[in-house]
Amino acid sequence: MIDNDVLERVLSAALRTGADFAEIFASDWRGTGVGLDDGRIEQMSTGRNRGAGIRVISGETTGFAHTADLTEAGLVAAARVAADAARQGGGGTRVVALTAQPSRVVSPIDIDPSTVAKAVKVELLRRVDDAARSAGGAISQVSAGYSDGRTMIVVANSDGLVARDERVRTLLRVSAVANGDTGMQTGFDSVGHTMGFELFDKIQVEDVARTAATRALTKLKARPAPSGSMPVVIKAGSGGVLFHEACGHGLEADLVAKGASVYRGKVGELVASPLVTLVDDGTMTHEWGAIAIDDEGHPSQYNVLIENGVLTDYMWDYLRARKEGRRQSGNGRRQSYKDLPMVRMTNTYVLNGTEAPDDIIRDTESGVYVAHLGGGSVNTATGDFVFGMTEAYLIENGEITEPLREGNLIGNGPQVLRDIDRLGNDFAMGNPGTCGKDGQGVPVGDGQPTLRVKALTIGGTAS
Amino acid sequence: MTGRSGELLAIADRVVALAQSGEQVEAYVSRSLSTDVRVYEGEVEHFVSAQSEGIGIRVIRDGRTGTSYAGTLDPAVIADVLAEARDNLGYGEVDEWSGLAEPDGVAVTPQVLWSDRLENVPTARKIELAKELERLARAADSRVRVDDSNYSDAFGEAAVATTTGIRVSGRENGCYLSVGTLADDGDETQTGFGFSVGRDVDELDVEKAAREAADRATRLLGATKPASRRVTVVLDPFVTAQFLGIIGGTLNGDSVVKGRSLFANRLGDQVASPLVTLVDDPTNPLAYTATDIDGEGLAARRNVLIDRGTLGMFVQSSYSARRMGVSTTGNGTRGGYAGSPGAGCLALQVAPGTRSQAEIVAGIDDGILIQQVQGLHSGVNPVSGDFSTGAAGITITNGALGAPVREFTIASTLQKMLLDIAEVGGDLEWLPMRATGVSLVIHDVTMSGA
Repeated sequence: MIDNDVLERVLSAALRTGADFAEIFASDWRGTGVGLDDGRIEQMSTGRNRGAGIRVISGETTGFAHTADLTEAGLVAAARVAADAARQGGGGTRVVALTAQPSRVVSPIDIDPSTVAKAVKVELLRRVDDAARSAGGAISQVSAGYSDGRTMIVVANSDGLVARDERVRTLLRVSAVANGDTGMQTGFDSVGHTMGFELFDKIQVEDVARTAATRALTKLKARPAPSGSMPVVIKAGSGGVLFHEACGHGLEADLVAKGASVYRGKVGELVASPLVTLVDDGTMTHEWGAIAIDDEGHPSQYNVLIENGVLTDYMWDYLRARKEGRRQSGNGRRQSYKDLPMVRMTNTYVLNGTEAPDDIIRDTESGVYVAHLGGGSVNTATGDFVFGMTEAYLIENGEITEPLREGNLIGNGPQVLRDIDRLGNDFAMGNPGTCGKDGQGVPVGDGQPTLRVKALTIGGTAS
Repeated sequence: MTGRSGELLAIADRVVALAQSGEQVEAYVSRSLSTDVRVYEGEVEHFVSAQSEGIGIRVIRDGRTGTSYAGTLDPAVIADVLAEARDNLGYGEVDEWSGLAEPDGVAVTPQVLWSDRLENVPTARKIELAKELERLARAADSRVRVDDSNYSDAFGEAAVATTTGIRVSGRENGCYLSVGTLADDGDETQTGFGFSVGRDVDELDVEKAAREAADRATRLLGATKPASRRVTVVLDPFVTAQFLGIIGGTLNGDSVVKGRSLFANRLGDQVASPLVTLVDDPTNPLAYTATDIDGEGLAARRNVLIDRGTLGMFVQSSYSARRMGVSTTGNGTRGGYAGSPGAGCLALQVAPGTRSQAEIVAGIDDGILIQQVQGLHSGVNPVSGDFSTGAAGITITNGALGAPVREFTIASTLQKMLLDIAEVGGDLEWLPMRATGVSLVIHDVTMSGA
């Protein structure tokens, strides 16, 4: 995308006010999206966004500017703005010599989606519509979206690093509405991977459609969710968002450094049930949050955050690692070239336990079984977090019984981690997610085996 | 409305002039410039200078629509974008109601959305504002720390032109101060935030932003988890604005025609308490999201959605209006150059009552003043109406505010909540959101806690 000698000259321009560090992150994204709604392919859309963000650090101050002009003149102009923004006096000339990093592939691509005929992508959605509507006569509406995107990335910095990457992601999402005597209910499912169009050789789009439709149909018979604190069993592959919210964000070094995390100063301490080993893993091939390098050019890693309940480490980006004089962990990510990187998760998951999931349910006298979760959010400073249940059932006398309507669950991260008292052996990854922080969204994955939390508050309306 | 956006309009005009016979073409062109200063412990943590531009093109032929966009105004790329949009329409399916907006003769209510003075604010002043905000928030209470203190400003211009005769452009700027706070008491930490917005830096109220941020963080210290029960809630204006945003989302023509609105087939019905009159009025210059034109280039206008509890109308884009056989309400919304227009509320407001929040609280025996909600995106389903959200606030006992509470949810359904509204406060607040804030009393909400 940009030659190394140009990168070197732009970095020198960025350093002209005497900064300690300068970095260029350039990306070129092209993508296709198709939407189906109301039984009709509504429109196909294609887009392109390319540009570069230039970061200059002087002491504690970061200057940042970005441009859509990838010519040398455009890059140098942006570099000057960033350098002025970080201005700390000084000045002088520093020459940067880049050393190429060995290239690395975490998620190999078989079929570049941009080489697939648009008509083939449209056909996927037609199949989705048919399958969802065939799932039951009460299905009254279906919407579905297909999207793919390919991003070429180059990162270079004044430490001499230059790294390039190609990222291809492919996604299908389906939402269905069922209409019955009790009003309308909705169901959703999605599948997304860091891979090319071969995704659709590995999965059947009809399965995704039926799952979404069945969720909506099931809730037509649902009763209001209970209100109050009770045991909650979370199905494998549906509750990773719990860990993402209950502790993942709180283990991001930028929040820890500002004292905005309940997990500050807790490394080496028991912060969770000894059953819990939590990993953030950017190297997990083909998963939604997989990356070969992070957006600061650092190779992605397998990072153990909590081991047998003990907090082992936080997640790190360049800035926080530099301040602490330690290595970064491959967690410096950004939404686009228009954004500053910060500490972000990749694929965050809990390793398998030993129990059969059926035993966990059978040993639960009464409670709630959550089979699919929606989004969530957390206040990292207090640890209070919520997440929505989009498919859930009552557990009565050790058996899954009636379906429940939607609602939020609320808990406190450190308390909930300690309250995990059963862990299954059926690990699965969940739906592709977009994690939001400080206005930036990045793709993330999560996963866990079936598990039980001794007590969580269910925010329904039934007493 | 015109002004320096002439350059963007010229770009849009050039694209529209390339329309072939039988085609409808729309070009939307935008450009923005923003500054973002973050201060931490008296130092500039980052200074971001951001410039963006882009174009989105829609082409419609024989009922089929294709779109394409790019984040640049490079003429060579624009030619590609038009060609792609044309190619893409071949894959869309025929929709007899598809089509671009057409001028409807409704007069534009001019708005003052631009300040020349903001362009000339020196960088040093922007940094000083963020530093002052941090200082004042810390000084407000010895238990308060500051997470980040920010000054932001944004200058945007946009133009839209179509083969159907739409040809408008406009520009808008504004500035924003925000601060995130932490309050500590022993092992416990609570968080707060404060903000102030203005068309110009002189309109920013640094002291108020700092004071509110300190109050929000400290007032929850010592909060406990309440017992589960049914209660009356008083929503703080900031929470009401978020609630109204959700209600507004259920009242748009797009949802109705696609069978996703709770309120389809309910026109003329009593859907809310008679105390509720809900208006979408982007022509009110006091509204943060006041605007003269909608996302399709038509005049923005005042629409009464719910009149004393009776559902009067839905907001419409040109597409949803055509499909429902009604006139557009000037509620086309679009998310920048990459998005296609849909129908949506622009500036919601519930007609205020007369009493202050203090007077309202004095009349409640057992209730909760809800000051924060968390997880509206995950716990509210605007199609089924199920409503469940994490919350924090202050207990109300025999007309007096008592102890703070947190880590609980409040739940009901949207349908029931509208009917259960027992009072609208007189304390209207013009918040930097799509809806205006006011205290709102809702009966019979389920609180889930310990």
